[in-house]
Amino acid sequence: MITIFDRIGLRFIAFFEQTGIWFDALWRTITWTFRPPYDVKEWFRQMVRVGVDSIPVVFLTTMFTGMVLALQTFTGFQRVNAEQFVASVVSLAMLRELAPVLVGLMVAGRIGSSMAAEIGTMKVTEQIDALKALATEPIQYLFVPRVIAGVVMLPFLCILGDALGIYGGYLVAVKLLKTNPVVYKQNTFQFLSMNDVWSGLIKAGVFGLILTLTGCVRGYHTTGGAEGVGRSTTNAVVSASLIILLTDFFLTKILF
Amino acid sequence: MPVISLQHLYKSFGGKPVLRDMSIDVDQGESLVIVGGSGTGKSVTLKHIIGLLRPDKGRVLVNNEDITTMSDVELNKFRRHFGMSFQEGALFDSMSVFDNVAFPLRRHTKMTEKEIRERVHECLEDVHLHNVVRKRPSELSGGMRRRVGFARAISLKPDILLFDEPTTGLDPVISDVIADLIVEMDQKLGTTTVTITHDMKVAFKIADRVAMLHEGHIIAQGTPEQFQASKNPIVEQFIEGRAQGPLTDD
Repeated sequence: MITIFDRIGLRFIAFFEQTGIWFDALWRTITWTFRPPYDVKEWFRQMVRVGVDSIPVVFLTTMFTGMVLALQTFTGFQRVNAEQFVASVVSLAMLRELAPVLVGLMVAGRIGSSMAAEIGTMKVTEQIDALKALATEPIQYLFVPRVIAGVVMLPFLCILGDALGIYGGYLVAVKLLKTNPVVYKQNTFQFLSMNDVWSGLIKAGVFGLILTLTGCVRGYHTTGGAEGVGRSTTNAVVSASLIILLTDFFLTKILF
Repeated sequence: MPVISLQHLYKSFGGKPVLRDMSIDVDQGESLVIVGGSGTGKSVTLKHIIGLLRPDKGRVLVNNEDITTMSDVELNKFRRHFGMSFQEGALFDSMSVFDNVAFPLRRHTKMTEKEIRERVHECLEDVHLHNVVRKRPSELSGGMRRRVGFARAISLKPDILLFDEPTTGLDPVISDVIADLIVEMDQKLGTTTVTITHDMKVAFKIADRVAMLHEGHIIAQGTPEQFQASKNPIVEQFIEGRAQGPLTDD
């Protein structure tokens, strides 16, 4: 008879097993990155998929978040006559926190899931075995281009998110709430330092690694046909989002 | 000296034994067919030969090299000796037929695009496929998918060909066409061939030697004639496809 302790124990074992699988995949991806052949064409194809194709979703998410942030902070700051700090709060929040996290979560939903589904389908239809039989290491052929694309493109998407979020805040503050545009622009940059920019970009790069690798690992370990592919896809998004949020705290602690 | 030698292989999945003291040799240029019921470990055996699975115990020697002790990188290089055709073809569905066959050439040779094009057409000719290069795997019939899989498997001119259930799910006529094709490729390329199937008609047509896998090990083997004349009740039941007999007695 399975007791509650057995269940807890099994969950613990599964958790450590999954963690081990993830770090093993990370190590193998790093080592296979530096072994020829270098499929640069595929690297660029994945960069377009992760980066360029994600622009619309990043555009909408960060712009509207910047707008909402300006609206909310203005309402709150008005009570203490501190409206002039809205611009600084919006820019700091976008650069240090919101742009990298939102971009990470949105791309995890869009790309992490599709990578898990794609690689999972390859697994259940023996295409991964076929790759190995054709003397092609799946880690090198599938993981490396995707992870490189994530690490390289997420910072660019983050820069875009930073700019759009700040501009969204500006639009609301200036056009809707009639704040002085010159003062708003001045306050946007007044309290910023380069560290705010860099730390956001480093976060974005790490999130890019997490979401692509999690998608690949979940897909690669798919079992059980179409149902298994569906499970892997869901798990990829849930796991990547959770890891991103957890890592965000530790990165913030380290980087500031 | 055998080209492939499986020596006392044991393999379990989740505590369930699949291979138990499985041993068999395959000689240079020979066509070995391994038959057996579903779940007896035929595909597992084939995957051990190419190193897609590693045994719990035992050795797999290919060209006198033990592939069970090779690192992933060594094994990856060593697999260029093999061409493998999978049950449903396992074609890369994101690529056209042309790109599927060209895939190993682009990755492992320094051939120019013109040379690759010529080689792809040669391989597709070998499997009697015409005017399909631009098609996607999803646009092909089951038999055509298998043949594209064969073309991809032979593109690097391997020494050893492995066929995993080449006729499963095909109608009898197409199954016979595929069997003829395997014989033709075998003779033309002079490769060592291992095929697993449960289709006895196909097995007798393509085999130099037939071996039967039952409960994780080989219980009978011989030329097609010797195998057909076997008095082993398990072999007899399997060949005749009878519902009653030792295979179905619990």
